[in-house]
Amino acid sequence: MAYSDKVIDHYSNPRNVGTLDKSKKSVGTGLVGAPECGDVMRLQIEVDEATNTITDAKFKTFGCGSAIASSSLATEWLKGKTVDEALAIDNMEIVEELALPPVKIHCSVLAEDAIKMAINDYRVKNGMPALELEKAHH
Amino acid sequence: MLKLPIYLDNNATTPLDPRVLEAMMPYLTDVFGNAASRNHPFGWAAEEGVDYAREQISQLINCDPKEIIFTSGATESDNLGIKGVFEMYAQRGNHIITTTTEHKAVLDTCKHIEKLGGKVTYLPVNEQGLISLEELEAAMTPQTILVTIMYGNNETGTVQPIREIAAIAHKHGALFMSDGTQAVGKIPVDVLADGIDLMAFTAHKMYGPKGVGALYVRRKNPRVKVTAQMDGGGHERGMRSGTLNVPGIVGFGKACELARLEMAADAERLSKLRDQLEKELLTLEESYVNGSREHRLPHVTNISFKYVEGEGLMMGVKDLAVSSGSACTSASLEPSYVLKALGLSDDLAHSSLRFGLSRFTTQEQIDYAINHVKEAVTKLRDMSPLWEMHKEGVDLSTIEWAEH
Repeated sequence: MAYSDKVIDHYSNPRNVGTLDKSKKSVGTGLVGAPECGDVMRLQIEVDEATNTITDAKFKTFGCGSAIASSSLATEWLKGKTVDEALAIDNMEIVEELALPPVKIHCSVLAEDAIKMAINDYRVKNGMPALELEKAHH
Repeated sequence: MLKLPIYLDNNATTPLDPRVLEAMMPYLTDVFGNAASRNHPFGWAAEEGVDYAREQISQLINCDPKEIIFTSGATESDNLGIKGVFEMYAQRGNHIITTTTEHKAVLDTCKHIEKLGGKVTYLPVNEQGLISLEELEAAMTPQTILVTIMYGNNETGTVQPIREIAAIAHKHGALFMSDGTQAVGKIPVDVLADGIDLMAFTAHKMYGPKGVGALYVRRKNPRVKVTAQMDGGGHERGMRSGTLNVPGIVGFGKACELARLEMAADAERLSKLRDQLEKELLTLEESYVNGSREHRLPHVTNISFKYVEGEGLMMGVKDLAVSSGSACTSASLEPSYVLKALGLSDDLAHSSLRFGLSRFTTQEQIDYAINHVKEAVTKLRDMSPLWEMHKEGVDLSTIEWAEH
């Protein structure tokens, strides 16, 4: 399969690979996927409580080039966004940006789910109720 | 200068040896006759080329030249051998024994036999990829007409105990066929000493051209016959009709001659390179060789790298042409059935790479491959949440995954 230049770029030079301290109240973690399905994505955000803004984002992904690129791109987009803006990120925007083929759309779905899970983790840690999330486009 | 990508997928196919091409050239131009044309020199010259190739091939596997039936390749040979025996010996029985790790050309042919009312036993293999001789013996019935078990496996290189298998088949009055596609030309294969009654093999796995293969069919002790699967002019002693692929056959012959003369030296050199590659890659933590390291072909190794996803790994080793145990390039996520038969979990099967070396593989290429794979695996693990959890001592099987 041919990968788009953007997928290859993110795969070769992934942005924001790493780990945030999940014991901090300001950090939210989302872990999605399963090893036997061939994709596991962990996405973390650090939120500045005063401004409700994401100041840092990190990821680690076990998966194909498209999964790595989707999570790498997601961390790029998350930084500087407010939590509400982050919640609005749609998987199809990732599909378009990376020119993912149909068989790789699930990678973008995982990234969207990981963002929402991380936000919910942050909310619950800070005494807010978890948001009821609608499923991303499959 | 090292040319990239480096071809290390020689179990899929091998490059044509220039000496083979040279032998073929006249038969692609001046000597164009039909080997079945008996009444003029054009036909005679073509027939002479074919006869000489038959000699060269028979010398490699120690049989009579008349016992070679030319086909279009190993897939056709497997089909002809299995279906041909099933039809020819229908009076005697309808049971065939094979293994779960055969090539699809054998497995799917056996599935076809089952649709025709035949019975097929698929023997399992152990974690080394080897069958149990006791299980084979126990599976034999008075109805068993054929045991068909591959010589060397295409994914792992595991070599089955062929002589012992042949002895068991014969003791119970069954014929023994072997798919020798990966083994012939790479290790000594002697159909007489091994007790093989039918054997499929092909030119393009041993530096010959594509589109030509053979089925060895024993002519005495016992005299074996197969029912033709294609109707036509009755070529190849009535077992395989169709105008002979003369240039291909001439190339096949030359490839066999070169293999006979150079096999020992090639095997020694390649097993050293393979062992070096393997030893270096096993210095990566959580990496495992798949299949038997004792009973195997000299030029193959298959290694799984835990906590690295197969498709991501393939992308990471873009400077190498290798095969993966993962079929993720298609929409399906099915990992290799051969590796699963060895008892590998899906994720370990997905994260495997098969390295197949050839006569043309150099030390420089192997040195490059070692570094390239090490870098890719290390990079992907640094990026892998599973690797991080593993390093923190988390048992991944205890995690409740948010399945998708």
